[in-house]
Parts: sequence; structure tokens; C-alpha cells
Amino acid sequence: MTALLHVKNMTHFFGGLRAVHNYNLTIKPRQIFGLIGPNGAGKTTVFNLITGVYTPSEGEILLENQNIKGLETNEIAARGLGRTFQNLALWRHMNVVDHIRMAHYAQLDYGLFGAFFNTRACRDQENQVRENSHRLMQLFDIEKYADDLVTSLPYGAQRRVEMARAMATNPKVLFLDEPTAGMTPDELVKMIRIIRQVHQDFNVAIFLIEHRMKFVMELCEQIQTLVFGEVIAQGPPEEIQNNPQVIEAYLGKEDMT
Amino acid sequence: MGILQKFKQMFSTVPMLGWFLGIFTAVLIEYFWGYDYISYYLGLPKIPVLFGALIMLKEPVMIPGALAYDLVVYVIPVLAVAKLSCFITNPGAALLEKLPLWLSAVIHLVCFYGILHLWAGINDYRVLVVKLTLVSIILTVSINVINGYQGEFSCSHPGFMALGAYVSSILTLILFTNDKIFGTALLPPALGPYLFPLVLVAGGAAAAIGSLAVAIPSFRTRGDYLAIISLAFMFIVKSAVENLNFIGGARGMGGQPDLAPLPVIFIWTLLCIWVIHNFVTSILGKALNTVRDDEAAAESMTVKTRKTKMTAFMFGAFWAGIAGGLFAHVLTYINPGMFSINRLAEILAMVYFGGLNSIVGSIVGAVSINVLGEALRPLELFKWIIIPLILIFVMIFRPYGLISFTEINTKKLLQAKHKRQQGVSP
Repeated sequence: MTALLHVKNMTHFFGGLRAVHNYNLTIKPRQIFGLIGPNGAGKTTVFNLITGVYTPSEGEILLENQNIKGLETNEIAARGLGRTFQNLALWRHMNVVDHIRMAHYAQLDYGLFGAFFNTRACRDQENQVRENSHRLMQLFDIEKYADDLVTSLPYGAQRRVEMARAMATNPKVLFLDEPTAGMTPDELVKMIRIIRQVHQDFNVAIFLIEHRMKFVMELCEQIQTLVFGEVIAQGPPEEIQNNPQVIEAYLGKEDMT
Repeated sequence: MGILQKFKQMFSTVPMLGWFLGIFTAVLIEYFWGYDYISYYLGLPKIPVLFGALIMLKEPVMIPGALAYDLVVYVIPVLAVAKLSCFITNPGAALLEKLPLWLSAVIHLVCFYGILHLWAGINDYRVLVVKLTLVSIILTVSINVINGYQGEFSCSHPGFMALGAYVSSILTLILFTNDKIFGTALLPPALGPYLFPLVLVAGGAAAAIGSLAVAIPSFRTRGDYLAIISLAFMFIVKSAVENLNFIGGARGMGGQPDLAPLPVIFIWTLLCIWVIHNFVTSILGKALNTVRDDEAAAESMTVKTRKTKMTAFMFGAFWAGIAGGLFAHVLTYINPGMFSINRLAEILAMVYFGGLNSIVGSIVGAVSINVLGEALRPLELFKWIIIPLILIFVMIFRPYGLISFTEINTKKLLQAKHKRQQGVSP
């Protein structure tokens, strides 16, 4: 099977600091891929580099064999990389349904003229987007909040809004940056169910950063461990669980004396 | 509180059409008997222009008379007719509801314009106030696109307005008038009213191109820094015009043909509100909000933020240019001093008073600040104490303005109001 997303020898410097070194990644279609590592290892930086927030100093990023390195973030997103953020990046003055609607931006082609004069093309496309938004909101169990401001929602629901919004961009790979951070056990169970369902329904590959080991081990097919910007281990969950290097990075070296 | 609530409930069954009928009656009363009978018997020298505010402030002796006039001519007829005509206006509104929404809206607007025209026509001063208020509505709604929806603090609106005013004035002077500076008219002046929309659009386009000078820096900076850049833009435009002698320099430029009667301005205002409403409720327009609230998230959700910012500035500036063109042809004289810091203060006061991110708010803000400004004119200096005080109170109690973050719901506004509905909804 060919790779959906392929990152080759990506290195990035912030000034003199080498944040990511010689990073390689291959995500196959429909794969759930986990990225773990201690705080400050550069996990979110990897996300930002692939999704175009920063342009990597060196290396190559291919999505379906097309180079996406150096494109603008919105273009990369439109090509099929949807993402969520570690510290929720919702639009605080907007309601939930508008969040989901907005994420269809790249799928519209009625142009400014259509928007100004409310042409038929504009109305048709907007109606379609509205329908699609309601379908997504149902799936993510946020339909009851449709007209509420996002800031008035409980935390778990806000996370789900973010995910629904990312899915509305119609991504090929969904990047989830700590999807369960700060969630209650109940919400956590709901989240696992939703991620499973998204994976099933949308034919999408998922790349996620997570700290809860149970969650990662349960969901992911492949896991990568990042320490100080370098991958120290990669493999299926059982292998990672027992990898001495990973244990060392997380728990520290056992004193042998 | 109790009385107010009772009052509200009593009139909750009146549809928009009923209010129109009530106001229409009041205007008719004023039109036919206002001068000959009512103001004569109340001892007023003439018809009070703005509900007696000017007379009351100039000569306090007249206060009872002016208040009585308001009561007799406006308050009692409007309330009585609106309430008593419910039995006929409600079925009427229900009938209109069956029509397509746009048709019903157009019918309402025609009625509204008729009343406005009649009311304003009673006095020349009123016509001017109404015209300037309509121009202010265009200005406020358009600056709301930049300062409200897009969330920048742009201070360059008077500059855009000046560009529009000067470009359209130069065009009309060249094309339709025999002028000292530009020579004889190129086209027969009779064509003026027909080509005026094109002239205005040219003015708007000039403003839109000018706005790039602010839009492009906005890619890299926002907040205070952009405010300073935009302020600089406004002063650059003003000084440039002051130093261009062929368009009059600081002395200004007069003699524009009077191409902007009330109906023309009314139609442009409606067009402006309609187009901006369409834009800001569409996804392309909502993109402005996403850029305001979180630019990084917007980028990641496929929004083209640069294009969005440029659109916001050029679109807002375009309408400011149109407003400037209309303004120039209402006053038939402009000078650079009109488009300076005072105008900026006025525009910002209107938009922040009325409410950010809301077209209704902008309309309310523009109308109230304008009418207040005219009504308090006799107070002279104290006017500039009272209006800022009101602004400060609004900012304390409603930081985003009176009516913020709301869109027009035409259907709800125009629908018939039956008693039965009242019982169901709390």
C-alpha cells in the first residue's frame, strides 16, 4: 500500500535550537498513528511543521506524492490536513454551527460576487453546507448547542466542536493534538467512541499526540516516540510498551547499583 | 418596571405595519394641521423640527408647549392608531407573510420611505438631517465591517471617505457642470442623474484602491500599530488634498450639481445594508470573524486570511467612498477639514455606541448619534460633554455597544403578531 502522508528527513531549527532532527513519518491510508513523548520533546512542533504553520528548514513533506512543503497553511489544510489544537483554538464570538460552517470555506466557489448579491449559486452552496454541518454536529453530539456561543459550552463539548470543525474541512489525515487533555473519565470514553466512529465513517487516517498511555495503546496501530526532537522508537503498541528506551525516556533510568 | 412591562405587553400585538400606519397618521396630522392649528394654539413660533428639542433648549419657556405638541402630534396618534388598527393590520401582515420574503420587505420599505419622505418634506432642515443621517448609516455599517466584523481598529475611514468624495466630485464637475477649474461640461447635465451611480462607484473604487495602503500592512500587524498606520493614512490623504491646488486645496471645492436627493440616498443606503448583510452572513463574510477571533485557527481551517483581510478593507473602504460621494453632493461643497479627526471621532462614536458586529446596531448608532448631535446643537460646547458621557456609560454597561453580535431577522420583524402566539411564548 502506498503512503498517504510521507515525511522525509525533516529538520527544523528555531534560531540555533534544533527542535526537530531528521524526522521520518509514513502514514498509510486509514491508519491511526500515535505520537508520544515527554513534555518539550517537539511533538506539537512536528504537527506545526507538517501542517505548514512553520516551514521546515530541511526535508520533504509529501501528501499523496505531492510536495506540500512551503505552501500556505490554508492551502495545506485545503489539500486534506485537518487539525485540532492543544489549547483549544475556537472563535470565541461565534456560535457552534458557524464554526462548522466556516470550515467548509475551501469547498465553496461562488466567489465574492455571489456573497455580495446572494446569488442562487451562493444560496445553494450555503444550504448544502448547512445540511452537512448539521450531520456533523449530530455525529459529534453537539447539535443541541448549535446556536450557543462556543465559550458557553462544557470543556468536553468544546473539544468535540474542534474535532467536528476539523472534519468539516474534509481531511485525508486528521491531526489531533491531545484530544483528551483535561477531560473527565466520562468524556474520555465518549471521545474514544467518537474517534473510532470518525475513523470508520470518514475513511480518514488519524495522527494523534496523546499523553494518556491507555488511550494511545487502545487506539493506535503504530506509535512513534519522540525525545528531544528525535524519534527513538517506532512500532505497534506492544512493542513500544516494552521498549527499554521508551521506558527510560518516560520514567528515567533505573539505577543499577 | 411594572408599568413598562404592561406597556410592552399591550403593544406586543402590533405588527410593523401597524406602527407604520400610526406614524403615517401622525405625519399626516402634522402635515395638515401642524402649523395652522396645533403649533399656533400652543404658542410655538413654527413647527418643532426635531420633536421640539431645539426649541426647548433655546427657549426653556417653550418646554410645555413643545412637549404638548409632541404628545398631540406624535405620541397619542401613533400609539392609538397602532393599537386600534391591530384588527386590520394583523391580517394585512399575515397576508404579506404569504408573499415571498423579499417582496414583503420591499412593500414595507416603500411604505417606510413614503412616510419618511412626507415627514422630512415638511421642513428643509429635516431633509438635510435625514440625508446626512442616511450617509452616516452607510459610513457606520461599512466601518463595522473593518472594526467590528474584522476586529481591526482602523482609523482611516475619513480618508476613504475623502477619496470617494473628491474623486466623484471631480468627475461630476468635469462631466456635468461648467466649472471655473475644469471648463465646460463634457456631457449634457441632463445625463447627470443617470450616470451618477457610475460616478459614485468610481469614487468607491478609488477609496478601495487607497485602502490597500492600510490593508497590506495589516497582514503583518494589528491592534495599536495598525491603528497608527491607518491614522497616518487619514492624515496623508488630508494633507495631500490640502496641497493640491487644482482641486481647491484647503479652500475646498464647491459647485457640485445637486445629484443626491433623498430617494437616491435612501436607495444607496438600502443597497449598502443589503449587500453588507449578505456578505457578513455568508461563509466568506464569517471568515472575517474567524480572522478576528483566532487567525491561526482560521488558517488551519482553510480560510485564506490574507484575502479575507484585503476583502474586508477594500469592501469597507468602497462603501466609505460611496458615502463620501453622496456627502459631497448633499452639501455641494467639500473641504479637507471635513475629513479629519472630528469626522473620525464621530464615525467611531457611532459604531462603538451602536454595537460591533451588528448591522442593526450600526443603524441605531448612526441614527441616535446623528439626531442627538443635531438636537443638542443649541447647547454648543455642552453637546461635547453630554455625547461622550453617554458613550462612556454605554461602554461601562455594554462593552461591545448597545446592540452587538445580532443580525437582522427580517421575517420576525415583519410578521403578524397574533394574540394566540402571545399566550404560548413566555
